Amino acid sequence: MNSFIAFIMGPMVWISVIIFLGGLIFKLVGILGAVRQKEPYIYSYVTLKHSLRSIGAWLIPFFPRSARLSPVYYGISYLFHILLFLVPLFLASHIVLINEAFQISWPALNDSVADVLTLGVIAALIFFAVRRIRVPEVKYLTGAMDYLLILVVLLPFLTGFLAYHQWVAYQWITVIHILSGELMLIIIPFSRFSHMLNAPLTRAYMGSEFGHVRQARDW
Amino acid sequence: MQTKENAMTDTPSAVEKPTDPAIESGLERLTPERIRQVIQQVLKKETGPRFKAYVETCMRCGLCADACSYFLSNDRDPQFMPAAKVKNTVWQMLKKDGNVSRDFLRRAVRISHLECNACKRCAMYCPFGIDIAYMMLLVRRICHKLEITPQYIQDTVNSHSVTLNQMWVKDDEWIDTLQWQEEDARDEFEDLQIPLDKVGADIMYSVIAPEPKFQAGLIYQAATMMHAAGMDWTMPSSPGWDNSNMAMYTGDNEISGRIARKFFETAAKLRVKRIVMGECGHAFRSVYDMGNRWNSWVMPPFEVVHALAFYHELLTQGRITIKEKYKKKVTLHDPCNVSRGRGLHDKAREVVNLVCKDFVEMTPNREHNYCCGAGGGVINCGPPYKGERMVNNRVKAEQLAATGAEVLIAPCHNCHSGLEDIIQHYDLKMEIKFLGDLIYETMEKKIYEPEA
Repeated sequence: MNSFIAFIMGPMVWISVIIFLGGLIFKLVGILGAVRQKEPYIYSYVTLKHSLRSIGAWLIPFFPRSARLSPVYYGISYLFHILLFLVPLFLASHIVLINEAFQISWPALNDSVADVLTLGVIAALIFFAVRRIRVPEVKYLTGAMDYLLILVVLLPFLTGFLAYHQWVAYQWITVIHILSGELMLIIIPFSRFSHMLNAPLTRAYMGSEFGHVRQARDW
Repeated sequence: MQTKENAMTDTPSAVEKPTDPAIESGLERLTPERIRQVIQQVLKKETGPRFKAYVETCMRCGLCADACSYFLSNDRDPQFMPAAKVKNTVWQMLKKDGNVSRDFLRRAVRISHLECNACKRCAMYCPFGIDIAYMMLLVRRICHKLEITPQYIQDTVNSHSVTLNQMWVKDDEWIDTLQWQEEDARDEFEDLQIPLDKVGADIMYSVIAPEPKFQAGLIYQAATMMHAAGMDWTMPSSPGWDNSNMAMYTGDNEISGRIARKFFETAAKLRVKRIVMGECGHAFRSVYDMGNRWNSWVMPPFEVVHALAFYHELLTQGRITIKEKYKKKVTLHDPCNVSRGRGLHDKAREVVNLVCKDFVEMTPNREHNYCCGAGGGVINCGPPYKGERMVNNRVKAEQLAATGAEVLIAPCHNCHSGLEDIIQHYDLKMEIKFLGDLIYETMEKKIYEPEA
């Protein structure tokens, strides 16, 4: 058991981070290469200015009309994406592990604040699942994969929350926490989570089409 | 329950009633091999990473729903939301690797040709900027290659192919019509001319084929404005005068490209400085945005000026002066291809305010305006589909009614025809006009003289 834990906390972390980052880089290079080969016109139309203008406009909370039409979903989704990065990266116990391994550290979130934020992430995921069931137009589009993706994100946060409180089976919960966190990283490049990379690219293209060619706003 | 729902959502929900002879006879000719081959060819060979990203990236969030006038007009029926239209066409085609049935294709024709105006409003409501109109045009491209394009719009493409204009206007009829309008306009300006083939003129003025076919008065008005403003202009006497492009909307890219190429070549032959076009949206898009690309120009080889921008120029430069502003309460419809398509909405408002006394906005407006429900080739699918077009754009009728305006300005031919139907069907007490109609009505009928 100890050697298994040592593996998932050691080499497996490396493996998952490499797959995550390497996968995204590989994907990006693939996309840029395919654009050059099959759709080189895209390079003629994308401009940095209009790409940033569009991405920027969509990063300002409630700025796009689309966001104002669905303020609850958009607001929750917006916070969720921030917390998705903020909580794991600024969690005291994660920073301790990194400090042990690399002797570097940065300011951590207060534990009880992190605890509440974790609950926030879990609540957001439950909201997304309920929305998929309750809102007809979302339900129409939803398939099993959509719930699976929610589950993949839910697991590390839920087990992290349980592990922190050490209510039951601490060791097992921690093992699941580590494994599910690694799983999430690994599948990002191979699932729709790759919107992490694709979304800025599609936004940049549409932003450029609107800004550069159509001389109109796209938000 | 679950299985029933899946059956409903995974396959096209209702089997379409066969109404369109071109679609039906086309479907009868198809074999499973042909279907698979065409779908694979278009989706694999004619697309690239952009399409792949669109398909891979959609998170099924449903935010595109509120963008679509079809969805809003059909009491939020999910199958009319933009992403659902992709789900019921492209996603299935990809999932089944092209092995789809005739019933599936009958529905796909309807979705892509009659339930989407390619107005691109949904691209503004998707956080990722996924271009669903592009994917609907891909489906139309597949339909074109399978030869199951709706009959009426296919006929316009056939006309383009034979005559290089949309309406089977014969070469002599075209010249006759221009001379007829010239003659009539001479009642107002005795030496007015519609100069044909004047090499080296500043402006080539170009219209869509429905103008000579049944709205010749618009050419009269344009000639009057050109003459009064003292412009150095010309119109081509030979094919290449029509800037419309229905092939762009059937996915017949080859003919679409041919039309645009001939159009630019005509301007080049006349060695004009720029091209001014009448109040048409899709035609404008076909030359400033699409036709140039097919013919390998990043941007159009000529400056292409839409009527809205041209009116703005004439009025702000004082080349045309308004005698007395139009008194009735007017509202303005922003056509997709000139506002969301070219950002001309603010100029349009300036012109309206210069010409009219009482202007009221419809909401939402500018880039966010609701589609007319007719453009993107939808109205061109003809009378068999008029009824559903009316149902599918109830939201527009509500938007128009809420303005309380007496006159609706629709500076685009497709919008104009579609909204005229809407006004009639929903019994809105409104007149519909082109912006040019109002300028013509209110302008001083005198010839511009530059200040010494």
